[in-house]
Amino acid sequence: MLLQDKDRIFTNLYGEHDWGVKGARQRGVWDGTKAMLELGRDGIIQQIKDSQLRGRGGAGFPAGLKWSFMPKENDGRPHYLVVNADESEPGSCKDREILRNDPHRLLEGCLVAGFAMGANTCYIYIRGEYVLESQRLEAAIAEAYDAGLIGKDACGSGWPYDIYVHRGAGAYICGEETALLESLEGKKGQPRLKPPFPAAMGLYGCPTTVTNVETVAVSPEILRRGVDWWTALGRPNNTGTKIFSISGHVNKPCNVEEVMGIPLKELIETHAGGVRGGWDNLLAVIPGGSSVPCIPKPTCESILMDFDSLREAKSGLGTAAVIVMDKSTDIVAAIANLSHFYMHESCGQCTPCREGTGWMWRVMTRMVRGDADIEDIDTLLEVTYEVEGHTICALGDAAAWPIQGLIRHFRPELEKRILDFKKSGQVAAE
Amino acid sequence: MPKLTINGREIEVPDGLNVLQACELAGVEIPRFCYHERLSVAGNCRMCLVEMERAPKPVASCAMPVGEGMVIKTDSPLVKKARNGVMEFLLINHPLDCPICDQGGECDLQDQAMGYGFDRSRFQENKRAVKEKYMGPLIKTIMTRCIHCTRCVRFATEVAGVEEIGALGRGEHLEISTLEHAINSELSGNLVDVCPVGALTSRPYAFTARPWELRKTNSVDVLDAVGTNVRIDTRGREVMRVLPRLNEDVNEEWLADKSRYACDGLGRQRLDRPYVRRGGKLIEASWEEAFGAIGDRLKGLPGSKIAALAGDLCDAESMLALKELMAGLKSENLDCRQDGAKLDPSQRAGYLFNTGIAGIDQADAVLLVGTNPRWEAPLINARIRKRFLTGGLRVGSIGAPLDLSYPVADLGAGPRDLAKLAKGEGDFAKVLSGAERPMIVVGMAALARPDGAAILHLVRQVADQFKMVREGWNGFNVLHSAAARVAGLDLGFVPGPDGRDTAAILDGAAKGEIEVVFLLGADEIDMGRLGDKAFVIYQGHHGDAGAHRADVILPGAAYTEKNGTYTNTEGRVQLGRLAAFPPGEAREDWTILRALSEVVGNRLPYDNLGALRQRLIAVNPVFAALDSPATADWADFGAAGTPDTAAFGAAVENYYMTDPISRASETMAKCSAELGLGPQTKATGTDG
Repeated sequence: MLLQDKDRIFTNLYGEHDWGVKGARQRGVWDGTKAMLELGRDGIIQQIKDSQLRGRGGAGFPAGLKWSFMPKENDGRPHYLVVNADESEPGSCKDREILRNDPHRLLEGCLVAGFAMGANTCYIYIRGEYVLESQRLEAAIAEAYDAGLIGKDACGSGWPYDIYVHRGAGAYICGEETALLESLEGKKGQPRLKPPFPAAMGLYGCPTTVTNVETVAVSPEILRRGVDWWTALGRPNNTGTKIFSISGHVNKPCNVEEVMGIPLKELIETHAGGVRGGWDNLLAVIPGGSSVPCIPKPTCESILMDFDSLREAKSGLGTAAVIVMDKSTDIVAAIANLSHFYMHESCGQCTPCREGTGWMWRVMTRMVRGDADIEDIDTLLEVTYEVEGHTICALGDAAAWPIQGLIRHFRPELEKRILDFKKSGQVAAE
Repeated sequence: MPKLTINGREIEVPDGLNVLQACELAGVEIPRFCYHERLSVAGNCRMCLVEMERAPKPVASCAMPVGEGMVIKTDSPLVKKARNGVMEFLLINHPLDCPICDQGGECDLQDQAMGYGFDRSRFQENKRAVKEKYMGPLIKTIMTRCIHCTRCVRFATEVAGVEEIGALGRGEHLEISTLEHAINSELSGNLVDVCPVGALTSRPYAFTARPWELRKTNSVDVLDAVGTNVRIDTRGREVMRVLPRLNEDVNEEWLADKSRYACDGLGRQRLDRPYVRRGGKLIEASWEEAFGAIGDRLKGLPGSKIAALAGDLCDAESMLALKELMAGLKSENLDCRQDGAKLDPSQRAGYLFNTGIAGIDQADAVLLVGTNPRWEAPLINARIRKRFLTGGLRVGSIGAPLDLSYPVADLGAGPRDLAKLAKGEGDFAKVLSGAERPMIVVGMAALARPDGAAILHLVRQVADQFKMVREGWNGFNVLHSAAARVAGLDLGFVPGPDGRDTAAILDGAAKGEIEVVFLLGADEIDMGRLGDKAFVIYQGHHGDAGAHRADVILPGAAYTEKNGTYTNTEGRVQLGRLAAFPPGEAREDWTILRALSEVVGNRLPYDNLGALRQRLIAVNPVFAALDSPATADWADFGAAGTPDTAAFGAAVENYYMTDPISRASETMAKCSAELGLGPQTKATGTDG
């Protein structure tokens, strides 16, 4: 069942309407925000928990649970909400639409979520390349201050609330929550060790929660329309709506808000105009941004786009950035390209990622030509397992998974290239 | 006290440990590269991964605090696989140049590769190469070998307090880099020790020896008064290098650069045979001729015309032998304070670092008077910095402005500001009176001046004013800059009731009232003041200032070449040991004096070192208690008076050249050239 227009949250996803406070108010933003705050911290968190909202940044961690990790009592240190708008995952462009077309929805979420965490200060860490978006956001914040929606007495609730925008400098790793905090503090963006977790020791050593733009932006709507409305959408534990970014070999690449758990085929056919050359021309899909393993066409036929079903298919929903590849794709080169991306973006702090990403990319470039031995496929796979789970942050996993997906589903293609290369009698160009 | 299960064995460990430490307590060794007990936890090498129950992935044991009921496995296949993987990654871009690497044989990576490495490489790609970085004359860099553990970055930032090393770039291109000039720290040599691989190695030691060729002798350092515990590595007669030895109460595991790198000075400008001045020229002589010349000159001379000065590097045994030799000659003119410091030998508490070096860890306010601990005792400075990093320490200084690697309140320049403080004036007086464990550190720049006794008295007044000596705490500290000083004062190498002190000896020599001056390694006096009439006997190991002025030279042994007792600034008695024999005809110093005593006609009553040490203990029982600083009673010392108004100078002008050994060292000369101007006036490096 497709998402009905009445259930749509991001009604200005395509920027057809006024992004300013007036337009936002017409779309229902900032309506009854004070009443939401009157639920109290525990009330808000309980509702978010009941809604089974899962974080939209990629990991799918239950949002209410995460918010509840913030200390209940203030020990003298300020609490911080940090919104992760450093959207850099190849394929993802959903937060961008929120930031530039519906910034007030985000700001309202910042207030509600921040209040629920006992925070009076919110930082929005926005990707440096998002210039227009950061300007819109700054303008929206100014509007919100002027309208008394945030500031000394946010929405007349008596809760002082400030929002600051911080522009990143273009490193993918700064989208990792602790690297983001380092960067925000003015240091080199390298992930921190956990524990201590940010909720105990985050920004400037104070309790902090880092959360994705979309998660924050949808939360006021859950409170406004009710948990039942939200949970009626999607499947248990995979509730609500989600913005999908569909790119690649489709006729109409787009961002679209859809109900969680929509079948992948339906998503592509309905909203993206179908695969280029028809469904049968489909080779594979990367369903959740560059870091999740691809799924081949047979799996794409029936897979549902939510956290749990994609997990079962040994992939993941990630940021729900659907990258469609038709049969013209050199799948090995595509994954090698991703390997290069991760090598380039590795912070270099910990061994497996620093050394492994480069190794994987180099083997992948040989695999593209077929300049390898059959055993090298297993070596490569083993290397991915040596990286996965052994690093400080998840970038190592993200670098390993696409290759694992490739070998899992396209091993015959790799072997064929190797055999062809051997037959052609080419010599390794060393 | 959380209880954990490690490899099926239950163990209770203290709070606040990490899993790695808990495993060590359980007797399980965890491989590691980036983890270092004295540095912050980086958790980046991933070698110490262990399996923890209920954790989805292996955890870095160095970064995981212990918790009640944790179940840890370090010997599971998962752990083994993880460590093998990390080792493989570390090795793929590490050059396999162990045969030409100075770290070979004492390399963490080499050792652990034996346990976790494969026997061949699966990596078929090209290896990474990294350009060398310039770190000055002490540290050689081969950055291709770097495994990016960041120990050096953390050491420089945390312990040394100089933010001159950092990581540039990211991913594969991450490089440890410097500001492309010599590391501006007196502790930079420790970077070589903390580096687990051969990326940072000792530049002077490069390609000279392999660790298994060296004979290792535990000893103590004498180039400052800290009494750093060292290991002297020798090959044959040559000292190849000096390394620190663990002593939590003194140097932890660090060593200052001068003490580490001046050892090449031990092989240069050595006095390896006796000399006698004939016709204005020093002529090589035999021991008999040298002793004969001394005997002739001393014959019939009254004691009042003879004087002796002991230098900064002397062992207690030779000072005692010389003292008793002088007693036999009926001379009371002897002094071990060649800088003229007005230290009061009558009260031990008045010349010791009473708080103890480890005691700094408890202090909450430090007042420095006429001292630059960064140059006079870099490890004591590092200890103060360590205390500063734990928070809540206030430091103030009266004297020349300082950069000590932690914030220091400038309280003025001279005795007048000290007197103000003694009256309780100023903001820092409030800090001191509010402190629970305040300490005062007075340096030689404050005491080695004519009004030193009055200043010492004033310092004592300050100590009393702010109750620095209280139950269980003595905050009065003298920071010596010479290793021999405390032992000299302890054994009474000071003028007798009618004797002359250093200044008076020099004046007497110039005026002709003193005819024979015996210099036992005393090179820091102004030789010009001795005049040209006095007959000067120099016993020592280097052809330095004293030897140039001498009429007779008796070649002695450097600290690495004799068994000797040294007392550090805390009053801690430690033994230095013979690591190599003295060159040529040079001999251990006490034996020279013992032999000379027969020639001048009053034989010293000891025939071996044991007997001499017995005598030493009889003279002052403090020498019996090795490695345990005795607590000294608090009593009156100093002399009331009005000090001069002149500002305090500097006891050490150039950290890298303070004594005959470091002045003879080529390495120290290079350091002086690059860094000698000191931290106050940033020396330029390679930038022309």
